[in-house]
Amino acid sequence: MMKDPFGGILLNIAFRLLVPFSVVYAVYVLILGESSPGGGFQAGVVMGFGIVLARLILGEESTIFNIKLKNSLALAGCGTFIYTMAGWLTLAGGGKFLDYSFLPFSLEPAHELHALGILMIEIGVTVCVMMTILNIMDVVVKRSEDDGSAE
Amino acid sequence: MIFGVHSPVFIVLLPLSASLLCLAFSRLHRHLGGWVVQLSLLGAFLSSVDSMRQVLDAGGKTIHYWMGNWQPPIGIEFAIDPLNTAVLCMITFISLVVSFYSKPFLENEDWLHYGGYYTLYGLLTVGLCGMTVTGDVFNMYVYLEIMSLAGYGLIAMGGHKSMVAAFRYLLVGTIGASFYLLGIGFLYAMTGSLNMADISERIVPFVHTPLFAFAVACFLVAFGIKMALFPLHGWQPDSYTYSHPGAAGLISGCMSKVPAYAMLRYFFYVFGIHNTVMQSLMNVLGIMGICGILIGSVMALAQYDFRRMLAYSSVAQLGYIAVGMALGNIHGFVGAVLHLINHAFMKCCLFLVVGGITYRFGEVNLYRLGGLNKKMPVSSIAVCLAVLSMVGIPPTCGFFSKWYLMLGAYESQQYIHIVVLVISSLLNAVYYFRIVEQMFVQREASLTELHEPATKLGLPMNMVVPIGITGLGILLLGVYSSTLVNRIVEIGLPEVLMR
Repeated sequence: MMKDPFGGILLNIAFRLLVPFSVVYAVYVLILGESSPGGGFQAGVVMGFGIVLARLILGEESTIFNIKLKNSLALAGCGTFIYTMAGWLTLAGGGKFLDYSFLPFSLEPAHELHALGILMIEIGVTVCVMMTILNIMDVVVKRSEDDGSAE
Repeated sequence: MIFGVHSPVFIVLLPLSASLLCLAFSRLHRHLGGWVVQLSLLGAFLSSVDSMRQVLDAGGKTIHYWMGNWQPPIGIEFAIDPLNTAVLCMITFISLVVSFYSKPFLENEDWLHYGGYYTLYGLLTVGLCGMTVTGDVFNMYVYLEIMSLAGYGLIAMGGHKSMVAAFRYLLVGTIGASFYLLGIGFLYAMTGSLNMADISERIVPFVHTPLFAFAVACFLVAFGIKMALFPLHGWQPDSYTYSHPGAAGLISGCMSKVPAYAMLRYFFYVFGIHNTVMQSLMNVLGIMGICGILIGSVMALAQYDFRRMLAYSSVAQLGYIAVGMALGNIHGFVGAVLHLINHAFMKCCLFLVVGGITYRFGEVNLYRLGGLNKKMPVSSIAVCLAVLSMVGIPPTCGFFSKWYLMLGAYESQQYIHIVVLVISSLLNAVYYFRIVEQMFVQREASLTELHEPATKLGLPMNMVVPIGITGLGILLLGVYSSTLVNRIVEIGLPEVLMR
């Protein structure tokens, strides 16, 4: 399925609108997630959707908006590590684990640092969810291709 | 010292960070991810030892570490007490040792499987340590799931029939986790708290209600499934038999002990045992333990696959721990804790040897082990030590835990427990000594060598040293068992037993 892109003129034009929009919208959901509906999981799903769409329309060989399986697996771990990183930074700042008041940045301690800490965690979750969705898609598509040469 | 204050959190944080980054490192170089995870496991072991030093310096008083400096019961806390640290040291030590042992099995794998193996391995350790160290019931659920998911992955990596075994465990394990969640739900409905120490105070007015009985039964089923207590052990023989041979030591050694420890913590530290509900539950637990001991031993007697025999023997040994808990006195409790630690080392050692035999010959039929004492001398000696300990012969560690269990049974006048313990020791002797007989007395079996021996000891050094260390551990745990009991276990006894 994935080897042959099923784009045509119509889909290619739609792609130019849809994919950048979904990626930008994902960032919006991510940033606003702290104080309104949304957040890391939703942002990750929307962003993953954009990349899945790009791969469906342009095919697997395309280099635009395309992340290979081996990279996405490693990046999923790194995304979750960003979450852990917030904890490490608070430890480095002299506080307890995940005590955002001690993040080593020169911001207003009470709320700005807390918002920054939560944002870091949301970014980590976003990357992780997005890469996991790509992984799931890759595995499902690989199953459906009998010849197994699609790597 | 800054490190010292944070050492409780490092026990979990270091392996977690390393295993998350493991695949990315493995992408750069095949072995790099594995090294990072091993380094983090060493760090976790040192943190556990440091925590133990701190808690013993404080005279056994529980050390609390508040996540994000949120005070419990609102925040999540890690609680470090003497028993905790003993179990933590056991987990991280076994995990560290077995991580070296796994390497020869992964020689021909690509970076993805190599890195993936160590990712799952690190996450399994995270789950085990987290379950032991956390003081929050819902946090424990999260770690239980981390442990189970990593465990399913490692079991499925074993090849051959492992997929089916892993899937079966997944189905049963999910039911167990659901029961645990249900139990938390009832506890929360009654007390409005998720912190263990807080629940133990707030639960007191509810201990005679039917809701409490139901919640406690949920916990019994949940941990019973996870620790493979008879009759909930159906998933376990297949999973142990077909799991990845490199990780089988950790899976068999720790994965059923930590839920047992969690059950012990709930029953003795949170619910208290001096109420009618818990008394009748303890009776049920005792009957389950006795049946497990007898049926596990008999089933082990019937096996010819070495791994399967060990798996059934685990069912029996978990029965000992259940009986120790069910006795509900100090000696029974000490026996249960001691057996938990001892059995982890014994079973780990035996599974490491079995993995070594699989690695070299590709088959583990019990009746084709003849002449192994010449081919694999260190492994044979380790098996001897483990067998002596399983049967319960001093100075190996198995004797001391059984001794405490007997004392406990005598103290609470449960003579049937003593009879069962003796019978099961005899059965142990029957099915374990035939291994020794095969190895040392029978003439050499004709086995095809998959891997030519690299050293005179018959296995790569990566495998011989862990086998030797765990074998030595059995002996040392036996020799120093009085130190372990007097200095650590007896300091951490729950208050309910002191009355």
